[in-house]
Amino acid sequence: MLKTTPLFEAHKALGAKMGAFAGYDMPLYYGEGVIKEHEWVRKHTGLFDVSHMGQVTLEGAGAAQFFERLTPSSFQAKKPGRAQYTVLTNEKGGIIDDLIVTRLSEDKFFAVINAGCKEKDIEWMRQNLPDGLKITYMKDHALLALQGGWAERILHETFEINAHELPYMHLMEARTPYGTKIFVSRLGYTGEDGFELSVPADKAVEVWEALNNHPEVKPIGLAARDSLRLEMGYPLYGHDINEGTSPVEADLSWVIGKENKGFIGAARVLNDRENGPARKRVGIRLMDKGIAREGAEIRDSQDKKIGELTSGGFSPVLKESIGQGYIESKQANIGEKVFVNVRGRNIPAEVAAMPFVPARTKSMKKQAA
Amino acid sequence: MSDNLKYTKEHEWVAVEGNVAAIGITGYAQEALGDLVYVELPEIGKKVGKGDNFAVVESVKTAAEVYTPVSGEVVAVNTAMAEDLELIKKPANQNGWIAKIKIENPSDLEGLMDEKKYKEFTDGLS
Repeated sequence: MLKTTPLFEAHKALGAKMGAFAGYDMPLYYGEGVIKEHEWVRKHTGLFDVSHMGQVTLEGAGAAQFFERLTPSSFQAKKPGRAQYTVLTNEKGGIIDDLIVTRLSEDKFFAVINAGCKEKDIEWMRQNLPDGLKITYMKDHALLALQGGWAERILHETFEINAHELPYMHLMEARTPYGTKIFVSRLGYTGEDGFELSVPADKAVEVWEALNNHPEVKPIGLAARDSLRLEMGYPLYGHDINEGTSPVEADLSWVIGKENKGFIGAARVLNDRENGPARKRVGIRLMDKGIAREGAEIRDSQDKKIGELTSGGFSPVLKESIGQGYIESKQANIGEKVFVNVRGRNIPAEVAAMPFVPARTKSMKKQAA
Repeated sequence: MSDNLKYTKEHEWVAVEGNVAAIGITGYAQEALGDLVYVELPEIGKKVGKGDNFAVVESVKTAAEVYTPVSGEVVAVNTAMAEDLELIKKPANQNGWIAKIKIENPSDLEGLMDEKKYKEFTDGLS
């Protein structure tokens, strides 16, 4: 039996094509199809229901130290309101999940975790929870994403919420005109400027409809969310990263905080960074027609397998196929000529810089932790 | 025209003219696949058996194999379609076919559905 979000009826009323995603019955796309939705977000602004994702708070003295134990990032010096993309690492330095951790106050943090990892993440946090720290699963909250170049103006026109001064990767608390308290985080998974809104579940429909009724907003399904993130080169958990990949292999070394040496799995992660990993996550761009998908072999000019795609598809912006995968580090150079084997045919491809399409978030500077 | 049009349970249509079958995919299949992004055509001269996968149509979501309901030799492929996927929405006589196969055994066509039966078939699918 699939779970649903508080917006399930709203999606059905909009004619969404629904599909199973991490145990939830979620909108894959609405009337106009995936490519139109993708282009709408790139050119205008789209609204996503991502309430299947998990939201938790960690509260108590030592919460910052707790996250420095569970992730390679630094949190003690973070100011309230600052959000950090990071990963939970296991003892072997593999990735349990990727997540966004935001400092709400000195002793309180807010984390958004992947839908498919919710249970194991919360269990992992509980197992490692020191005395005096409290974890709360906010299952009474929905999560909406408003993504696109007009998001700031639309938020203001719809709710009189002024996010003009809110920098990228920051959160503020706000109220809608009806008095609903929400978290507004300037971040997302599309590469566009935009916000994620954490909303009480019983107000989710009200907030969704207010935004969706804005004439410049269209609802966007999870299929376009996937193609949008692929153009950005963002990894998708369970595909591009998993419990066997270290953040260094995954090209996520930038999440490692300078001061943090004591996180779980540090031995392997820091060794990978010191000595270089055997393989690396790279972007792949097909130079000929065809569609590269997850599982396709990456081969060198001698037809030897050097890696495999972990995700791939069609880029609506570039009108060609892109993907990401792991290849041996010595070949992980931008411009390296490779082949992607699709149904027995070697399609010429090259290792490409990510993002494939320039990001338009307010600032993409990977801010030092 | 529609008298010569037959359908498979895998949602191909077959337009028979003389001993040649032009094969395309139905609107139902296109609807299910969503936005199409690529078609992989077979080589001319390729021998195919009834039920073989002879082409691949890829949408944003997935790669779907296209099967031939007749054995025979590929005698034409729609190279224009590789450049303009919109053609796949057209009927056979307006270049909506993917490939043409020279029919080896006319009996292969027996058992294919006509338009009415195919409509009943798809109406029965949820």
